[in-house]
Amino acid sequence: MITDAPRIITSRFDNADSFTLSGYEATGGYQALRKALGMGPAAVADEVKTATLLGRGGAGFPAGVKWGLAPENVWPRYLVVNGDESEPGTYKDRLLMERDPHQLIEGVLLACYAIGCGQAFLYVRGEMPLAQERIAAALNDAYAAGYIGKNILGSNFSVDIVLSWGAGAYIVGEETALIESLEGNRGMPRLKPPFFPAAKGLYMQPTIVNNVETLSNLPWIVTNGGEAFAALGAETSRGTRMFAVSGHVKNPGVFEVEYGVTTFRDLIYAPQYAGGILGDRALKAYIPGGASAPWFFEEHLDLPLEKVTVDRAGSMLGSGAVVVMDETTDAVKACLRVVRFFARESCGKCAPCREGTTWLEKILQRIQDGYGRPSDLDLLMDVSDNISPGIAWPPKQTTICPLGPSAVSPIASALQRFRPEFEARIAQAEEARHSVPVNISKVSSHG
Amino acid sequence: MARLTNDNVELAREIIGRYPRPKSALIPLLHLAQEQDGYLTDDAMAHIGELVGVSSAEVLGTASFYEMFKMEPVGRYMVNICTNISCQLRGGEELLAHAEKTLGIRPGQTTSDGLFTLEDVECIAACTEAPCLQVNYRYEHRISNEGFDQLVNDLRAGRRTDVPAHGVLAEVRQHIPEDRRAGVVTPEDKDVPVWISAAGESNR
Repeated sequence: MITDAPRIITSRFDNADSFTLSGYEATGGYQALRKALGMGPAAVADEVKTATLLGRGGAGFPAGVKWGLAPENVWPRYLVVNGDESEPGTYKDRLLMERDPHQLIEGVLLACYAIGCGQAFLYVRGEMPLAQERIAAALNDAYAAGYIGKNILGSNFSVDIVLSWGAGAYIVGEETALIESLEGNRGMPRLKPPFFPAAKGLYMQPTIVNNVETLSNLPWIVTNGGEAFAALGAETSRGTRMFAVSGHVKNPGVFEVEYGVTTFRDLIYAPQYAGGILGDRALKAYIPGGASAPWFFEEHLDLPLEKVTVDRAGSMLGSGAVVVMDETTDAVKACLRVVRFFARESCGKCAPCREGTTWLEKILQRIQDGYGRPSDLDLLMDVSDNISPGIAWPPKQTTICPLGPSAVSPIASALQRFRPEFEARIAQAEEARHSVPVNISKVSSHG
Repeated sequence: MARLTNDNVELAREIIGRYPRPKSALIPLLHLAQEQDGYLTDDAMAHIGELVGVSSAEVLGTASFYEMFKMEPVGRYMVNICTNISCQLRGGEELLAHAEKTLGIRPGQTTSDGLFTLEDVECIAACTEAPCLQVNYRYEHRISNEGFDQLVNDLRAGRRTDVPAHGVLAEVRQHIPEDRRAGVVTPEDKDVPVWISAAGESNR
């Protein structure tokens, strides 16, 4: 269903001055902060809880609940903003940082006020200098205007927001790896338990790690109330959400739609969204939530973009990345490319992921190159099973983070649905091998 | 081989001063060194180690984990072509093949005039604008083969003044004014934040 729900987080995207302080103030900017200071921290936290704002980074955990996981009376607490957007297919946090940095900053301030954080770290992906630049300028302006720093707007609330940045590593999007990176280390995830960030995070202190899009929703929630937010969307997926639709569509783009009610068919085919498949060709498959998500097909098109429904159907909305493949797509090639990504990005800490993703890539590469063996398909499943036992959804892990199991998703999807394509590629290879002329007389034995 | 310049040492001290632990400044300082020299020299890494109080081996340990840090000189322009799934579906691999032909190098190599280094990279978050690439991390969207050749010609002719030298990221830096600064919160600062305690919420 296509609705006329308000645009909550992309409302300023069409304004030429959306990233400036004056442009932000002229469109209601920093009014939520003023309101919050009059409400008190507990009331702000309650509004976010009422809103039932699900995290927009990938896991979809309710933000209000996450905030509440910090142990009582343990101080200091830190807020870390995850702006390390790098899940293949995902394109939304960069836009929010480049086009509306003050909205994000106001969201950070509201979160720090509610949780009790005296310092926040805004970690932006290294490869995004424009986002870094816009945020640096916005921070400088907001400090000068009295919105950040000591005694904000004359209140007793004080917080510093520090811009920090990465240097090229997908794994740093995982929150404990992000914390390691912020501590100046290699970005390798920490074992959970005991290192749940809310309990033992940055410098072993309670730390809340929130995604850019999640925080960007807070000014609207505080201004309009948690109930107004919760009135939008479906029961288990409230508000609105940004989805990037890429691949074989006529009008690839990033769209903010009402969460939980808009369907995949709406998003992929409606003229105001992606506008249908290129050349009106048939749909082969689509990835509903970033490279880590198992693929969906024609029969899933009428599912709403709703967390629980998609989870139950065997995949996830993840980071709001819909990648569309039409009937001309080579399933082996697409599967190899996604697996190759995880192999390249494995941090190497856990053997099943480090060795497993590397072998999955090598095996798929030889199938693609015409050197596949009939036993390779079982071998792919066997290696996958060693990374993620049972190859089930949600995936089980033999690793300390979900990166390894993510490499299994495209294999399970492509092999289940398009097995004949893999088999044909291998049969072709077999045939070619048997037809190679061999000059027996020149072969000598060293026996 | 260059250590950080005096100006950059001053900047480095300001950056270190924003973090509860000096080592947290390591990645920002490595970017600063790369901005200065175009890549990470051994001397700069040793210097950064002195500034944040860790060994140069630890600095290298961190630096070598991250794709963006280059331990050897690269071309003036890093051309990073995305071939991940959204770009692959829209011709990213063909674009890469064309770039190899145009530049006469393979991914990971630098042209003999030292102008271009080509890389085959993972998703750069411009998926709806596929196929896309970055030159020194500045985006080029929906680029065709002809568009690529034009880009290379423009860069060669010095017509792309909007693209700074390799290593330069944001051209605006954060600066926290002394009179507005709330101050670093170290793990040792165990006091309840004043706006929390003043609100009198016993359950927090």
